[in-house]
Amino acid sequence: MIAAFALIAGVVTGLIFRPTVPNWLEPYLPIAVVAALDAVFGGLRARLDGVFDAKVFVISFVSNVLVAALIVYLGDKLGVGSQLSTAVVVVLGIRIFGNAAAIRRHVFRA
Amino acid sequence: MSDTEQHPAEHHKHRHRRSVRISAGAVIAILTAVLGFAIVTQVRANSRSDNLSNLREDDLIGILDNQDARADRLRQQIAELQTTLRRLQDSGDRNAAARQQAEQEAQALAVLLGTAPAVGPGVIVTITDPQLKLGAEDLLDVVEELRGAGAEAIQFGAVRVSTTTAFTQPSGAIAVDGAEQSAPYRVIAIGDPKTLDTALNIPGGVASVVRSDGGQLTVAERTTVTISATRTIPTPKYATPSSH
Repeated sequence: MIAAFALIAGVVTGLIFRPTVPNWLEPYLPIAVVAALDAVFGGLRARLDGVFDAKVFVISFVSNVLVAALIVYLGDKLGVGSQLSTAVVVVLGIRIFGNAAAIRRHVFRA
Repeated sequence: MSDTEQHPAEHHKHRHRRSVRISAGAVIAILTAVLGFAIVTQVRANSRSDNLSNLREDDLIGILDNQDARADRLRQQIAELQTTLRRLQDSGDRNAAARQQAEQEAQALAVLLGTAPAVGPGVIVTITDPQLKLGAEDLLDVVEELRGAGAEAIQFGAVRVSTTTAFTQPSGAIAVDGAEQSAPYRVIAIGDPKTLDTALNIPGGVASVVRSDGGQLTVAERTTVTISATRTIPTPKYATPSSH
């Protein structure tokens, strides 16, 4: 519940302050957002499964973001940045879909 | 391990756990707030800026290469079109020059043929014939003399003299191209006035012939005479232009 409020608060803050993305962050921000979304969906699923752990959530959130950014950074350095970004998005997307399916089963029993 | 799990623990331990839970909730709140903030930021950045700013270096280089190639192609096209333009302008100039020359030729020919009025330096010849002794050949001699002296346009009375002009004397009166003339005859010729004058007054020439017939031939040199009489352009019936 507090997470949902915080999410809304973040969105509102973003809308109010209208920040611009710094150049060095530009390639990483979209990937980091997707990774964080994956962590959030995982946490939501764990909460519904009754196995939510705040420590696991925080660590998975932070590490997801960092690993995603690291992969993109490495890809940029190796010259396969766009391909690796796509790979990361695909993998995270699949995970999000899986988690969303589990959440759906919990919510709708179907 | 679930956070809803309850441990029958000591008071101290229980309080410690609660503070951990609160701080964990705070961290989760911060993380999700950051996530919301990041989502909005990214969405705004993505929708506001043009597509180029989100692209990677490789893609940008590719786009730049494409643009360069395109610019090269367009430059080449411009050069080709400019060459074509120059060529067309040249041919247009040549056409205009040819047309101008043709017009000048047509005007010159019109003057020489007598289809157009003419103006220029020349002489006005007046021939009196009180004894009516002058014949058609005498007047033809006047015209021939003027022609020989380089007259470019001649008007005899009210008739423009050209290549087909005929002097006839069917019954007493002299006719030029069928138009009867009567003395004094008046001839206007365009050419070098001095030369025309000299040619008519040459010893033993037409002037002396007129004098011997009791008449008088006077030549008035003018810097400008006007020949207003014109002829219709003759259409050749049998002859056609030949390239040889």
